[in-house]
This record gives sequence, C-alpha cells and structure tokens, in this order.
Amino acid sequence: MTEYRLSGAELEAAFQTRVDDERRIEPKDWMPDAYRKNLVRQISQHAHSEIIGMQPEGNWITRAPTLKRKMILLAKVQDEGGHGLYLYSAAETLGASREDMIEALHQGRAKYASIFNYPTLTWADIGMIGWLVDGAAIVNQISLQRTSYGPYSRAMIRICKEESFHQRQGFEILMALAAGSEAQKAMAQDALNRWWWPTLMMFGPHDSESAHSAQSMQWKIKRKSNDELRQDFVDQTVPQADFLGLKIPDPELRWNEDRGHYDFGEIDWDEFWTVVSGNGLCNRERLARHRKAHQDGKWVREAMRAYEEKRRARAA
Amino acid sequence: MTNDRKLPLYEVFVRSRRGLDHKHVGSLHAEDGAQALKYARDCYTRRSEGVSIWVVRSSEIVASQEEDAASFFDPSDDKPYRHATHYRLPKAVKNL
Repeated sequence: MTEYRLSGAELEAAFQTRVDDERRIEPKDWMPDAYRKNLVRQISQHAHSEIIGMQPEGNWITRAPTLKRKMILLAKVQDEGGHGLYLYSAAETLGASREDMIEALHQGRAKYASIFNYPTLTWADIGMIGWLVDGAAIVNQISLQRTSYGPYSRAMIRICKEESFHQRQGFEILMALAAGSEAQKAMAQDALNRWWWPTLMMFGPHDSESAHSAQSMQWKIKRKSNDELRQDFVDQTVPQADFLGLKIPDPELRWNEDRGHYDFGEIDWDEFWTVVSGNGLCNRERLARHRKAHQDGKWVREAMRAYEEKRRARAA
Repeated sequence: MTNDRKLPLYEVFVRSRRGLDHKHVGSLHAEDGAQALKYARDCYTRRSEGVSIWVVRSSEIVASQEEDAASFFDPSDDKPYRHATHYRLPKAVKNL
C-alpha cells in the first residue's frame, strides 16, 4: 500500500495541478475515486470494443477473396485481440480485475462501441471497417495519446502505431473495388451507404448531451470533445471518398468556406440510442458469441491450472 | 560471526520522466525491497535520472533466450503486411 502524507483536499488540489501541468498520472499516485472509476469505465469499454470488433471482421476470414487478403485480415484481427489485452492491462493498473470487466460486459453493465453491432454483409464491409471505423478510431486514439493517465496514454501510442496498417489495408480493398467492375463499385457504394452514419455515431452524443464529457475534459481523460473529433474525421475522410469516386450518403454534406470545415447532416439519434441500449442488429449475437467463447475456453483455463498444480507438486 | 548467505539480486527500473515507461538500468543486491529501493536511488539516480523506481527480484524474471531468438520470433519475419508502409497509396490521398 502506498501511504500519502497530505490531506484529502491537498491531494485533490495537487492532483488537478499535475493534470493541468500536462504531467501524467501514474498507477501509484493518489487520484480521486471518480477519476479512477471513470477511467476504468472508459478503458474497459475501449478494451471490450477491440475484442467484440474481432467478430464482424472474423466473419470474413474464411471468405476473403485471395490468400493474401486472408493473411492480412488474420493479422489484423489478431492485432485487435492484442489491443484489447493492452487496454485490459491498463485498466488493471487501476485495480480493476479482468474477471469483473468480462462479467460487466456479459451482464450488459459495460458497453462497447456500438458500431460493432452492425453486420458485415459483403467483402466491401471489411474495406469500410478498415477505412472508416478504424479511421474514426484513429482520430479518437490520436487525441487519447495525450490522455492524463500514463498507462492508458502509452497503450494508445502503441495501438496507434499498429493501427495505421489497419486503415490502409481497408482503403486498399476499396481502391481495388472502386477500380473494378460495375458490380464491385456498386458493392463498395452500398457498403459506404450502410457504414457512414454508424461511423459518425462512434464519436458519441453531441457535447451538450454527453454524460461524462465535461468532467473527463477537466481531468484530461478526454482531450477533444465528441463533436470536435467527429468534425476532424469528416474533414479528413470526405476527400478520400472523392478519390475513391464514392458518394457519401448525406445530402447536406458540403464544404463551408467560412468555417474551413465540412458541414454535414444530423445523425439519427434514435437509431444510436436503440443500438446503445442493446437493440441493434447484432447486439445479442455479439454478446452470445463472446459468452460462448469464454465458456468454451473454460476447460483450457482449468487444464492450465491443473497442470501448474501438478508441476508444483512434483517440484516440491 | 560470518554469515555467508548472499543478499538476493534485484533488477532496477527507473522512470526518467512522468508519462514514460520504467526502463531497466541495472541491478543490485539488497536484503529486501525497501532496501533495494534506497540502494537503487543512491546507485542509479544520483544525478536526478528518475522520478520513480521499481525494483524486482531478479529470480522472479522469466526471460526468453537469445539463442532461441531465430525460431522464437520467426512468426513475425514473413509478415510485411503488418506494416503500414506495405500499402502503397497514390500521392493524392492524404491523412491516411
């Protein structure tokens, strides 16, 4: 146990000063309970998203169009599993246990990115996940490299480095489809039509509606607001869509010379809340699959424990 | 009056600045963790090299063997597609 010499109010003031001065908070430092809780919620949600995100992409590993694409997709899905592990271990430095986090996911108390509750119907969807979904995640994660909690920040730096391959492989899939037959182009356009709006929803509710935003910004857990990040994403993505010759399904999308940004239409928030509250197209399927995988792995965990006990007994 | 029992060896990790990882700097002998911390401070941070120190009993560290490196790390040798530079993008495409 670490002992602290200052009083509660002094500790809190020192904590906030440290955050304001852009010095990172480390696991053994004193921190407000709410900061710890808020971080565990956000980091575990982020970890769950990486792990659940393996499902919609894993869906296409056996059906990837070439051996090369299959190897790339395997490597990518393996990376997502690794990213989940970096994040779970960052949350564990805050005293959260892996079992509790998994339990919270299974009980629906912990969320994951709502985007993964949409199905991957065609190969173009794999391109869209790389280009749009990973692109949106990168915009968010780049800003989180400067998050105030040291282990989370370092996990983000590592993840961002690995993530750039994910986005590029997605874009490459789409370049191939966009340069292909009419049917391939139509497949790419159909995928964009389905993924565009859910991707914009990934950044969460408007700043004015976001439950955790103000406090998270003060503690510098979050460095940019939901709306700022969403705007960054739209601004960088529209020219890429133009390059592909694909049309973003938003009649209100246009360049605003005065603002120096793209204007875009309103998100269907009813759909967003439907998915977040567990009633999207694949919510039940994703959780059931995760529960089953966890259950199916039980004998492996038991066998490992039994083997270790036997080994120790022999050594003794 | 001689006691030949050797002091255990500790590995020392120093965080040079907030926000950075602890980095291995060396090792030392000490009776216990608390003593190892003090020795580490005197031995490895005499010029303010750190803001935090970790000490770990050397016997607790499990390490891969360099002689096995060829086969141990072999799985990542033939996967250039894990690197972003593997994907060639036209110059016109920005921010990717």
